[in-house]
Amino acid sequence: MSVERPLLEARGVTRILPAIVPVTLVHDIDLVVEKGEFVSVTGPSGSGKSSLLYLLGLLDVPTSGEIFIDGIATSGLGADALAAIRLAKIGFVFQFHFLLPEFTVIENVMLPMRRLGALTMDDIRTRAGALLKDLDMSDQAEKRPDQLSGGQRQRVAIARALANDPVLILADEPTGNLDSRNSKIVQEIFAQLAREQGRTVIAVTHEESFARSTQRNVYLVDGHIARDERR
Amino acid sequence: MFWRVGFEIAMAQLLNRRRQTLVSVLGVALGVGFFIATASIMRGSEEDFVDRLVNNQPHITIKDEFRNPAAQPLFLVYPEGAVSLAHTKPREYLRGIKNYAAKVEELSARPGVVAEAALTGQIIVRYANKDLSASVAGIEPEKEMQLTKVETDMKEGSLLRLRTTADGIVIGQGMATELGLHLDDLATVITPAGLVKPMKVVGIFYMGNLLLDEGQVYVLLKNAQVLLDKPFIANQIRIRLPDPNAAETVAAQLESRWSYRADSWQEVNRDILGLFVIRNAITYSIVGAIMVVASFGIFNIISTVVMEKRRDIAILMSMGFRSVDIERIFLIQGALVGVLGMVIGWAIALGLLQLLASIRFSIPGMTDRQGFVLDYGVAQFLVGGFFSLVSAIAAAWYPARKAATVRPVEIIRGAA
Ligand SMILES: Nc1ncnc2c1ncn2[C@@H]1O[C@H](COP(=O)(O)OP(=O)(O)OP(=O)(O)O)[C@@H](O)[C@H]1O
Ligand SMILES: [Mg+2]
Repeated sequence: MSVERPLLEARGVTRILPAIVPVTLVHDIDLVVEKGEFVSVTGPSGSGKSSLLYLLGLLDVPTSGEIFIDGIATSGLGADALAAIRLAKIGFVFQFHFLLPEFTVIENVMLPMRRLGALTMDDIRTRAGALLKDLDMSDQAEKRPDQLSGGQRQRVAIARALANDPVLILADEPTGNLDSRNSKIVQEIFAQLAREQGRTVIAVTHEESFARSTQRNVYLVDGHIARDERR
Repeated sequence: MFWRVGFEIAMAQLLNRRRQTLVSVLGVALGVGFFIATASIMRGSEEDFVDRLVNNQPHITIKDEFRNPAAQPLFLVYPEGAVSLAHTKPREYLRGIKNYAAKVEELSARPGVVAEAALTGQIIVRYANKDLSASVAGIEPEKEMQLTKVETDMKEGSLLRLRTTADGIVIGQGMATELGLHLDDLATVITPAGLVKPMKVVGIFYMGNLLLDEGQVYVLLKNAQVLLDKPFIANQIRIRLPDPNAAETVAAQLESRWSYRADSWQEVNRDILGLFVIRNAITYSIVGAIMVVASFGIFNIISTVVMEKRRDIAILMSMGFRSVDIERIFLIQGALVGVLGMVIGWAIALGLLQLLASIRFSIPGMTDRQGFVLDYGVAQFLVGGFFSLVSAIAAAWYPARKAATVRPVEIIRGAA
């Protein structure tokens, strides 16, 4: 704890898919994200944005290079240790909501907290309710995911990503599947998370307006960082 | 903190495929139910049979025979010598057990042991110009009552009346009917020794076994000795032990000590007891086969759920569920099917046992209609439940492993 490390640090991260003709997904990525930064990742289709996000979120493991999350060096950690870091420190939002269809909205939001087990059942329910209220979804809490609109589902997915109060939120085209009105709402939510709650957010997006609303934009081309601009 | 939420996820996924779950649960339940019912019949009849063996006969019968002919004196003198004798005839000996009274007395002194000297032979019972040949056993009524079930099977009269009647005889129901004999009638007994003697019927038993009911009679030991012309001779010592399972060892001890042949009930019925082992092996193989078939049903449903739920598995993993958590969710599903199958199987078994208990049928050689003798032991229920759980979890094991190897990146990338 002597040296204050950045929240997220990637050093020379390369991911090559082994195959007869190996595919390089990302190549020699160096990226430092400080606590509270709101970063958008843009780039042409197939430039490796999703691949980078999976690596930063410890869903995938780099072929070479090192990723530090909240000061923890992650190379060499086993799958269970990586899962534990994901559980406590990282929240994902994907283009598709991926809610579990058998559970109600509030139960879906409760799942990560219940797996972590840091709170009592009552506290978990209270917190899930509060998260849904923040996203203006209180009245949908007892519905099932298939009874919601696309935008509503995505808001539930965001609430679920926030459940364990993660230090890092990773979003892969969270508005990619939404109409423009819902897209605006979700963009607004991310902006609030970053500015008002001071959370660290990295969002991959194709939408100009979304990218413009962030403080920093990382532009990928062919699996490496072509531009990294702060505004 | 995994178990509760893991259990709920497992449960929710099964409830989503209610019909398929029900079918596989029923598969297991039927397997368990039929196993328990079959095992109850098998064990019931085995126990009943052994029970009859143990309670209807003496546990050990010492006979006036030797298993091996006595050694020639020459061999006793030169035990190590290269002696060979051909075509020697074993020494003839007087039939009967020497000193039987002393032996009976000694055996009876042991705690819990009942020993009785008996003389058996063949006679003919004649009444109203009709003859029936019969095995006669000369016995002592007080002891016979403890050794076998003749007295409990007595329809009329009593063994004890042999004591109070001068020349009493106890016959079976079959003989009584065939000869037209009634209690207190005088039958004529004709013996191989040429003796003709009127004897009074003082008891009529009914054991349900044709052979005994028609062909076995009892008289007092001393009467038998007169009838068979073997004064002061007994050719059997019949023994009941406090622990029937000890019969084999005790018989071996007695035989090596007195050298008279001593047959334990196990030895006499070895072939039948061996059949039970084979029968049990067949039962358990069939049950094993049923459970294998049932576990295919479980394998099927859990494999389907795993296939369908790959996205959910991926998202749970991205949330921070470990591979083992995912594996456990599906093992829990297997266990749930197993437990449900077990409980319903128990219910089916109870129903089947009720049904079986109400069935009556006749067996040739048995004089009255029989029912299944069922064993309502907890053991079968536990074994059936155990089979159910083991086969269910084993069936879930492979799909659960498959689920645990899902790589979330591949699924999420593919879906995006
Ligand atoms: N399993 C795979 N096998 C082979 N190539 C792959 C595989 N997965 C990804 N790729 C390739 O890796 C590159 C990066 O893919 P990635 O999904 O990260 O791009 P992206 O920037 O997210 O694209 P998009 O904007 O379309 O989502 C692409 O060229 C893609 O074709
Ligand atoms: Mg992508």
